[in-house]
Amino acid sequence: MAIRCVASRKTLAGLKETSSRLIGFRGIQTFTLPDLPYDYGALEPAISGEIMQIHHQKHHQTYVTNYNNALEQLDQAVSKGDASAVVKLQSAIKFNGGGHVNHLIFWKNLAPVKEGGGEPPKGSLGSAIDTHFGSLEGLVKKMSAEGAAVQGSGWVWLGLDKELKKLVVDTTANQDPLVTKGGSLVPLVGIDVWEHAYYLQYKNVRPEYLKNVWKVINWKYASEIYEKECN
Amino acid sequence: MMTVAVTAISSSSLSYSPLLLHSQGPNRRLLQCERNEKRRLATKVAGSGVITAGFELKPPPYPLDALEPHMSRETLDYHWGKHHRTYVENLNKQIVGTDLDTLSLEEVVLLSYNRGNMLPAFNNAAQAWNHEFFWESIQPGGGGKPTGELLRLIERDFGSFEEFLERFKSAAASNFGSGWTWLAYKANRLEVANAVNPLPTEEDKKLVIVKTPNAVNPLVWDYSPLLTIDTWEHAYYLDFENRRAEYINTFMEKLVSWETVNTRLEAAMVRATQREQEGTDTEEEANPDDEEPEVYLDSDIDVSEVD
Repeated sequence: MAIRCVASRKTLAGLKETSSRLIGFRGIQTFTLPDLPYDYGALEPAISGEIMQIHHQKHHQTYVTNYNNALEQLDQAVSKGDASAVVKLQSAIKFNGGGHVNHLIFWKNLAPVKEGGGEPPKGSLGSAIDTHFGSLEGLVKKMSAEGAAVQGSGWVWLGLDKELKKLVVDTTANQDPLVTKGGSLVPLVGIDVWEHAYYLQYKNVRPEYLKNVWKVINWKYASEIYEKECN
Repeated sequence: MMTVAVTAISSSSLSYSPLLLHSQGPNRRLLQCERNEKRRLATKVAGSGVITAGFELKPPPYPLDALEPHMSRETLDYHWGKHHRTYVENLNKQIVGTDLDTLSLEEVVLLSYNRGNMLPAFNNAAQAWNHEFFWESIQPGGGGKPTGELLRLIERDFGSFEEFLERFKSAAASNFGSGWTWLAYKANRLEVANAVNPLPTEEDKKLVIVKTPNAVNPLVWDYSPLLTIDTWEHAYYLDFENRRAEYINTFMEKLVSWETVNTRLEAAMVRATQREQEGTDTEEEANPDDEEPEVYLDSDIDVSEVD
């Protein structure tokens, strides 16, 4: 009889996002850059292939690499009981771990038009948006305005407050994940407003990027998360 | 005593409360822009015959293509022609008709910083100031090494020029998100809460490397900025994409104007001496409960964006 499966630290669900390898005795889990589920050019003309490639292969990869480095250093510091080193590493973990977390969500928030990108949300998320923001247009207008107003680098989010059971729009600075704005906040849609997300195509005109990005927003994914959290 | 009533809007929430700001006026401290060159005024007469005044967008002291190939014409067209221009234009719109309208740019920056609880005009004012300072910090055929008193102080305060370079580049590379990295002259200030040094000596006047986020600059802590590098992505993305470290190297090797830095240092040292002689204590109203400004001194954290 064939051995059907071997105990492994890799899980199928997490396979795309993580890989694990043993380091020392503790075996911390480190991360790899997942492939995008669409070609770099598939989001054109809303987001250029050039941007998608650099954004994914350079920026996101750098967050992953640096996050892994920080985790290894953290592991050693924790094992040695070096509290100073542990504290010193916190900002690197926040920057790079946040960058990894946020971009994982972002790639899923986008989809080519022919795969449903831009199609308005239906079902319970669609109704909730109408209830909280009047209409999808109302939500889009609010998120675009807040995204344009972010000073420097950051993100604009549509989130679900799972305790209060309501939708919220919020922004975070740099690579802070949405959860830093509230422990019960679940990100549904995040839009990267760092300059690297749009500069090569839109230059300084961030509002133009925000106007066009909605054409490739993957509401199906947002709906999945929303329904999961609400049930 | 000038009072400015403004509404303070925090950037992270939409709630606001009216804020009464007491300023000691422009005599409170000797400002770094020349007193008789308070500001460059452009007076425009609007259709109705009302005269409005505003800050001008000053061009860099060289043609827009003069920094090629180290900083492209295209970058200058966008960085100066769009980003910098927009800060100036938006600032003018923001302050016209308000009490801030009669002040120099530096005064607007200092007042609107409001001890870290920034007023709406701060972002535009500080960015207008920072960018003008930035264009003047570089020149065609720049790079090389500083000389004279500047070099002596660098060697005194950092060990060697190479050591300074290493630390400056590392600071600029690790300034996460948008911001600026500065070489500044700090006189008679303590590290803590920008308090005045009660027992100043010559050693307390020193060169420091400072990283700031977004629009913040070291004027707000009463340092004298000498040199800056813009590390917002728009400063290097067209020429270097994500390769910030390469941009920083090019900046230091080919662009930095040590002559300008030297001139600024001389002025800063004069200012510091004058202030000592006047014996003015500008911190009478210091509030010990002030928020610590978010300043990173000499951090060597590895962060993203560095190849």
